[in-house]
Order: sequence, then C-alpha cells, then structure tokens
Amino acid sequence: MMSVLEVRGLSKSFGGVEAVADVSFGLARGEFLALIGPNGAGKTTCFNMLNGYLGPDRGSVKLNGQELVGMRPRRIVRMGVGRTFQITLTFLSMTVRENVQMALIAHHRRLYDLWSRAAQMFVPEADALLDLVSMREQAGRPCSELAYGDLKRLELAIALAHEPVLLLMDEPTAGMAPSERVALMELTAGIVQERGVSVLFTEHDMDVVFAHAHRILVLNRGRLIAEGTGTEIRENALVQEVYLGGGTVFAREGDDA
Amino acid sequence: MGFYFAQLLTGLANASSLFLIACGLSIIFGVTRIVNFAHGSFYMVGAYLAYTLVTTLPAGIFGFWFSVIAAALIVGVVGLIIEVTILRRIYHAPELFQLVATFGVVLIFQDGVLAIWGAEDLLGPRAPGLDRAVRIMGEPIPEYDLALILIGPLVLAGIWLLFHRTRWGVLVRAATQDRDMVDALGVNQAWLFSGVFVLGAALAGLGGALQIPREAASLQMDLSVIGEAFVVVVIGGMGSVAGAFVAAVLISVLNAFAILIFPQISIVLPFVVMAVVLIVRPYGLFGKPGSEHGGAAEPEQPLRLMSSQGAMVLAALVFALALSPAVVSEFSSILLVDVMVATLFAVSLHFMMGLGGMVSFGHAAYFGVGAYAAAMTVSFLGFGMLPAMAAGPLAAAAAALFFGWFCVRLSGVYLAMLTLAAAQILWGVVFQWQDVTGGDDGILGVWPPEWASDDRVFFYVAFVACIGGIWLLRRVAHAPFGYGLRGIRDSELRAEALGMDVKLHQWMGFALAGAFAGLAGAVFAFSKGSVFPDALSIAQSVDGLMMVLLGGIHALAGPIFGAGVFVLIEDWVSRLDYWRFIFGAIILVVVLLAPDGVAGGVERLLRVLGLRRGDAA
Ligand SMILES: Nc1ncnc2c1ncn2[C@@H]1O[C@H](COP(=O)(O)OP(=O)(O)O)[C@@H](O)[C@H]1O
Ligand SMILES: [Mg+2]
Repeated sequence: MMSVLEVRGLSKSFGGVEAVADVSFGLARGEFLALIGPNGAGKTTCFNMLNGYLGPDRGSVKLNGQELVGMRPRRIVRMGVGRTFQITLTFLSMTVRENVQMALIAHHRRLYDLWSRAAQMFVPEADALLDLVSMREQAGRPCSELAYGDLKRLELAIALAHEPVLLLMDEPTAGMAPSERVALMELTAGIVQERGVSVLFTEHDMDVVFAHAHRILVLNRGRLIAEGTGTEIRENALVQEVYLGGGTVFAREGDDA
Repeated sequence: MGFYFAQLLTGLANASSLFLIACGLSIIFGVTRIVNFAHGSFYMVGAYLAYTLVTTLPAGIFGFWFSVIAAALIVGVVGLIIEVTILRRIYHAPELFQLVATFGVVLIFQDGVLAIWGAEDLLGPRAPGLDRAVRIMGEPIPEYDLALILIGPLVLAGIWLLFHRTRWGVLVRAATQDRDMVDALGVNQAWLFSGVFVLGAALAGLGGALQIPREAASLQMDLSVIGEAFVVVVIGGMGSVAGAFVAAVLISVLNAFAILIFPQISIVLPFVVMAVVLIVRPYGLFGKPGSEHGGAAEPEQPLRLMSSQGAMVLAALVFALALSPAVVSEFSSILLVDVMVATLFAVSLHFMMGLGGMVSFGHAAYFGVGAYAAAMTVSFLGFGMLPAMAAGPLAAAAAALFFGWFCVRLSGVYLAMLTLAAAQILWGVVFQWQDVTGGDDGILGVWPPEWASDDRVFFYVAFVACIGGIWLLRRVAHAPFGYGLRGIRDSELRAEALGMDVKLHQWMGFALAGAFAGLAGAVFAFSKGSVFPDALSIAQSVDGLMMVLLGGIHALAGPIFGAGVFVLIEDWVSRLDYWRFIFGAIILVVVLLAPDGVAGGVERLLRVLGLRRGDAA
C-alpha cells in the first residue's frame, strides 16, 4: 500500500546541535501514528519541518508523492495537511462557530469577499463539525470564555474543516486532565477511522499512546531509535532505558562512566 | 576633492546630534519597550534651556560647556518626572496607548515651551573658542562641526563603558535582551527603568543643547527631529546603541552628498534607506527579533450584527441627519460636514487599527493625498467635483499600496513608526514640491461646481460620500475580509495555519483603509475650498487616533461616537489659548483612566459608584 506521507533522511541542526538527524518513516492512509520521545528529542522540530515552518537542512517530505520541502506553510495547508497547536491558538475575539466558519471560508477561498456576512456563511457545515467534537451547544460563546479542554476540541474541528488528508497534532492533550485526555484521543481516533484521515501525533502520556496509536516511533536526541506496535515498543530494551532511566541513553552512559 | 571632503565632514557633524537623540530613544525602547514620542520634546527643551543658560551665564568657554551639560542634566530630571508620573503606569498597556500617551506629553511640552520662551525662534551665540572656520584641503570647515564630529564617538564610547563596565549597565543590556531574566534576578525594575529613561532623556537634551550654535531653537524642533530619529532607530535596530550610531552616520553622510545632486531629496532619503534596509534585514542592521508589541489587550467580544431595535434607532439617526439641513442653520450644516468627514476618517483608521491591529501614526497621509489629488484634479486637469472625488480615494489607495507594502512587513511599534515615517515623507514632498502642490501656500479655489455650491446641497454630497463610506466599511468589517483581518490580529499563526496569506491580507486592508481616508480627504478639500500641507501632518494623524481612542477601540461604533465627541471638544478647545496643553491633558486622562474609551470609562465609573452591576458577579 502506498503511504500518504513519506519522510526520508530529514535532518536539522541548530548551531551544531542535531535536533533531528536522518529521520525516515512512512505513514499509511488512516493510520494513527505516535511520535514519542523525551523532552528535547526533536519532536516539535520534526513537526515544524513537516508543516513548513522550518526548512530542513537535508531530507525530503512527500505527501502523496509530492515534495513539500520548500513550500510555504500556507501552501502545505492547502495541500491537505492540517495541524493543531501544542498551546491552542484560536481567534479569541470570535465565537466558537465563527472560528470554524473562518476555517471553512479559508478552505473555500472566500477570504477576499467584501460583501457577504461572514457570520451567516457555512453555518450548517460549521455546526456539523461542531457536532462531531460535541461543541455544538457552545457554538455561540466567545472563544475567550472557553475551558482549555474545549479549546482543544475546537481546534480539532477547525483542523477538520480543511478536509485534511493528514493531521499533525503536537501534544494534543498537553495541559488537560487525565480523564479529558483519554476522551479527546478517543474522539480523534473515531474521526480518523471514520474519515480515513492519517494522523501523526506526539504525546507524553504513555497510557494514551498505547491505548490508541496503531504504530509508535521513538525519537531520542534527534534519531529514531525504535519503531513498532505498542507491545513491541514496551518490550524494547533501548526504549525502556530511555524512559525508565530518567534521562537520555547517553546521559546514562555518562553516569556509569 | 576638498569640496567633497567638506561635505563628508558636514554629514558627520549632523550625524552626531542625530545619534544623540536616536540612541536615547533606542536605549529606552530596548529596556522599557516604549517608543517615546516625547523624545523630540526632550531635544527641544534641551535646546531652549541651553539657550537661556548660555545667554544668562557669563560668556566664555566654561560658561558655554557648563550650560550645555546643565541643560542635559535638567532634561534628565524632567524625564524622571515624566517616567514616574506617566510612563510607569503604562508599561504593560498595549502599544497604542503607550504611543498616544507619549504624544500627549509632546502636546503639553509644546505649550509649556511656548509659555516659557515665547513663539520667537531663538538663535544662540557661537560656541566660544570654536567660532571660526579652519581650512581643510582649501575648504572652510566650522570648528564647531569638528567638535561635534568628536562628541558623537565620545558619547558612544562613554555608553559602551557604562554598559560593559558597570553593574547597572550590564543589567540594562541584560534587560534589553531578555526582560524576564531581569525579573528572575530580582532586580528592582522600577529603578532600572527610571535610570534608563533619565539617561535617554539627558542624551536627547544634550543633542538639543549642542544644536544651539548651529540652528535656532524653535517650537517645531520636536516633531521635525522625531521622524528622523525613528528612522535611525529602525535602521540601526531597536535597542542597539551601535546600530543607532551607524544608522545616523549612514543617513547623514548619504544626505550630505545626495543634496548635491537633488536638493529636495533630504526629506525622502531617510525613508528610502530605511525601506532598503528593512527589506534586507527586517529588524534593522543590528536588531534582533523581539517583542514589538506592548502588553496584551483584553480579549475583545465577538462582533454582533445589530439587533432590529438598534438598526431602527440608527436608521432614525441617519434619517434625522439627512433632514438636518432643512432645520438647522447654515453654520451648523457646515459643522455637520466636518463631523461626517472626521467620522469617515476615524472609521477608516479604526478599520486598520481596531480590526487589523495595525496601529498607524500616519493615517493622515492618505487623508491628505486624497485631498490633494481631488484639488489637483480640479485645478490642473480642470475636471469637475465628481471625478475629483473619485480621484481622491484612488490616489490615496495607490499611496497606501506603496507604503503599506513596507509597513505590513513589520508589526506593532515598528509598523507604527514606519507609518509615521511614511506620512512625514509625503508631508515633506507636498511641502517642498512647490510647483505642483503650492507648498506652504496650498491649493486654493477648490470649490464645488455651481449646482452644489449651496452649503445645503453640498451637505448632501458629503452625506452620500461619508455615510456611504462608513456603511461600506462596516459591511466589509462583517464580511470574510474583515473577519480575516481580525483573525490575523488575534493570532497570526492560526491565520497562517488556515492557509491565509497574512501579509497580502494586511496589505489589502491597509490599502482599503487608505482609500476611505482619501475619500474623507476629497470631501474635506471641497468643503474647505482649499488644501494645505496640514492635512497630512502628524497632528491630523493624532486627531484620528484620539477619535478612535475616545470612542473605545474595541467597538465598531467607537470611532463614530469618538469623532462626534472629538469635533465638539475641538470646536470648543481650539478657541482657547494653550489648547494643545488641554488636548495633551485630555489624551493622558483618557489613556490613564479610561483606556476603553469614554463609553467604557463612564460604564466603569457607574460600576464603581455602585449604580450598575458588573457582568461578573
Ligand atoms: N529554534 C531553535 N533554536 C535552537 N535550538 C532549538 C530550536 N528549536 C529547538 N531547538 C533544540 O532542538 C532540540 C529539539 O527540540 P524540540 O524539537 O522542541 O524537542 P521536543 O519537541 O521533542 O521536546 C532541543 O535540544 C532544542 O533545544
Ligand atoms: Mg515539543
């Protein structure tokens, strides 16, 4: 089966520090893939290269065979790569529904319309998306009043408005209560399955990862050190060392010396 | 050869005083993140103080230099007073309030200086001991210029020592790089900020004091120097002292040679250099990306379409306005045209500033271009009023497209400074291009044609143009384009993640706001029958800001309300002596006590008095 996303030899250094080194992986259609690793492993850097905010030093990122490296972020969005932010970003001066409407307006390329009333455009579509994330009741509330967990769900609806083929979620459950985390990921997993969207996400909560991810990549110090299903990853000695050792592999070697 | 060398020396001498004022501005910005408009006022006060001291103290070398230093120190103390009473309260306010508050200080100083020293220009005596010229390569060079050339680098070296050899200086540098770090060190911030402000003010005072043998002290010094100082700070990189020095030298020397080829260029050149530098290095030669915004504003409430009652009340008001010429006197009719013009201008400014988050200190540029384009269409091309009224907004849109392209590449205070610089350039072009614009004498005889010459008929022309313009801008605000502007203001990253072209959107917003300001300007030209360079002045820009602030920046109806209040206040205050002082005081009161506008201020007052319950329990 052909991959939706093909990453080959992706590398990025910051002033001599290799934040991401020679990372390659593929992502199949409808796959829910987790990218895990300790703090500073290079997960965010990796994401930023996938969605065009950072130019890689080397490597290629292909979406359905088309090269994304060198494209502007907004082009990549238009190619069908959606994202959610580690710290939620919404338009705070708009209502919940208007935020989704803006995404729909952008998706349908109506941004330079000077005449229509934005608040009356794409209402059924926006409400359908809000239903999907169970936010319909809050549609008329200003975003600035929402609880954090609700903002996370709203971001998901906004990302889906673009009908993405690939969704990048950097720490989607950061800052949420444990019970909320499980609920959000269950919701996401359901949508993925239903719509055939592929998802790459990073996550700190291992319960969440093992419960939902179809496959797991482990990043440490910029390098992929393991790849496999939940069971395989749990039993991988190197991964255990990275996580249970309370630090990175190399730091432990340093301690032993 | 000798001639060119002399020209170079003149350029370097000019660079010194420009450096003194710009580096103070830059240091203050670096630490406090405030762009201090009143810096030009410190420069002016320094010059006046030095004049008084030099002419009172016994003449002589000692008397002269003592006066210069004493003037600088007194300005430092004045700066301390301003910092403690005003700025300290607005360090965490959004950048708009900071800029406007320091402009209020400018107005207060203008009238303060007028009251103390009078309106006459005051030319100081030559500097004793340095009052002759020496011949260098056959060319006479004033000795005083040579002294100035030395003083610039000396001050630069002094600041370098201060910043690298003293604990205080190290802290200032640390704060410039990362304000949170200073918090973490537990440094007394208030003390650090005051110290920086005093230093910056004293440097500006020194720059002014050193100018008196070369240039008469005048009431226009403050605003004429601040535009150029802004440009120098932006080119050098905000917060960088060395950058200010390099930029001051660059601009002054280029200028000294450019005027040989094209004498009128001196007003435009700094902007051209700035534009080139900003394209290559968006944060200036020595600047680093950093916070260009003041504190965060409270999140705004979502826009609501008007309720049917609201719409009815509004329709009734517009209807009453439409019928007013039948009822009110001719004089009131003319005043109502003023109100409509001001309102359209304010609404267009609010469009880019309130909705788009792009604070403009030069919006009058587009008002003025619209007014001049309309006037010139009549006086040169011989067209009638209606084509002229179309030419106004078109020309303004073209100007806004040109300058906006540069401006939207920046944001926050950088953008505000660039809009100001752009307006100063346009003002300079209009002022100097006498053959075309009439210079200071303006363009006269821009009257409506026969059929509209009656004030009441013209009222309807203005009514259609202004109310129509306001209605169109409101419509756009509720349309996807306006929502997009607001979205970019709320979160640029989010907007980009939606696939929006952020810069293009802002650019178009800038141009649209400029076009409607131009429409207001065109109506203005015909209502007055003439246009003068004042139409593009900083004061006109600040009038617009005041209207928006008075009405409250967060409401779409704010500028409409604010313009009405403003024109009424202006009508009353401008008849008084020292109206600038009163105006400056009003600005400070609004910014310090009622940052959400008069309506918001009244609301809060009622809440404090217990007459109305707040939304939150
Ligand atoms: N813009 C940057 N400049 C310099 N170093 C960076 C930058 N962004 C990330 N890094 C470094 O790259 C490494 C990986 O960071 P990051 O991708 O944020 O890790 P993660 O998201 O896995 O916690 C870290 O060592 C971090 O300090
Ligand atoms: Mg991260």
